[in-house]
Amino acid sequence: MEMRSSLGRARGLGSTKDGVGHWWAQRVTAIALVPLSIWFVFAAIGLMGADFATYQAWIGIFGNALMMVVLVLVLFYHAHLGMQVVIEDYVSGEACKIATLLVVKFVLFLLAASCVLAVFLVA
Amino acid sequence: MASRDRPLSPHIQVYRPQITSILSIVHRITGVALTMGTLLLTWWLVSAAYGPEAFETSQAFLGSWFGHLVLWGFAFATFYHLGNGVRHLAWDFGWGFEMPVLEKSGLVVVGFAVVCTLITLIAAYAAGGA
Repeated sequence: MEMRSSLGRARGLGSTKDGVGHWWAQRVTAIALVPLSIWFVFAAIGLMGADFATYQAWIGIFGNALMMVVLVLVLFYHAHLGMQVVIEDYVSGEACKIATLLVVKFVLFLLAASCVLAVFLVA
Repeated sequence: MASRDRPLSPHIQVYRPQITSILSIVHRITGVALTMGTLLLTWWLVSAAYGPEAFETSQAFLGSWFGHLVLWGFAFATFYHLGNGVRHLAWDFGWGFEMPVLEKSGLVVVGFAVVCTLITLIAAYAAGGA
């Protein structure tokens, strides 16, 4: 006998499974990245050709380190969400798709953690 | 699920490339390229954590002609993805789906990306970073 309700059976089985959460997170991170990426362009221009001491002094300012960490976290989250969509669309074969998704997920998480740690170590 | 004998939808090569479809795929291409670009950002930030010598190495690479080329591409991809991302957000509010508006907003995004990239280049070289 089927013990689950119709809603319980249907939940999470749609074409996108948990699509709304993904869609919404992609939009939230996109909006956040508008000011963050503009800030980063200005920061990058200012730091072109800078020597280590200049960079250290710059990242040592709380606001700069904070913005860099926030940028890194939001950027990698957004990149992860986007890469997931691209992989799901273009990688055929369930095993290959899941393997690619896992590799990209792990690599991006590792890169994000490296960036945050690197900011902390110098700041 | 058996999918062998089911009809296929028309494939990509039967469609004439249009500004809407080109800009759509460029949004994805720049997105993936920017994700690849995070490797460069990570290298740059981590090199500083390894100390002055490693940082000078990454800065020297970014200051080379090839580094500049990569950064120009990075800047264009950033501004294109940013502009077209805002276009996407406008669609999410239900705005701009009419064909003439779609084409016009697409051209605006391309113009925005080109102009912002040029401004960034001029600002970067004027700042003496070159």
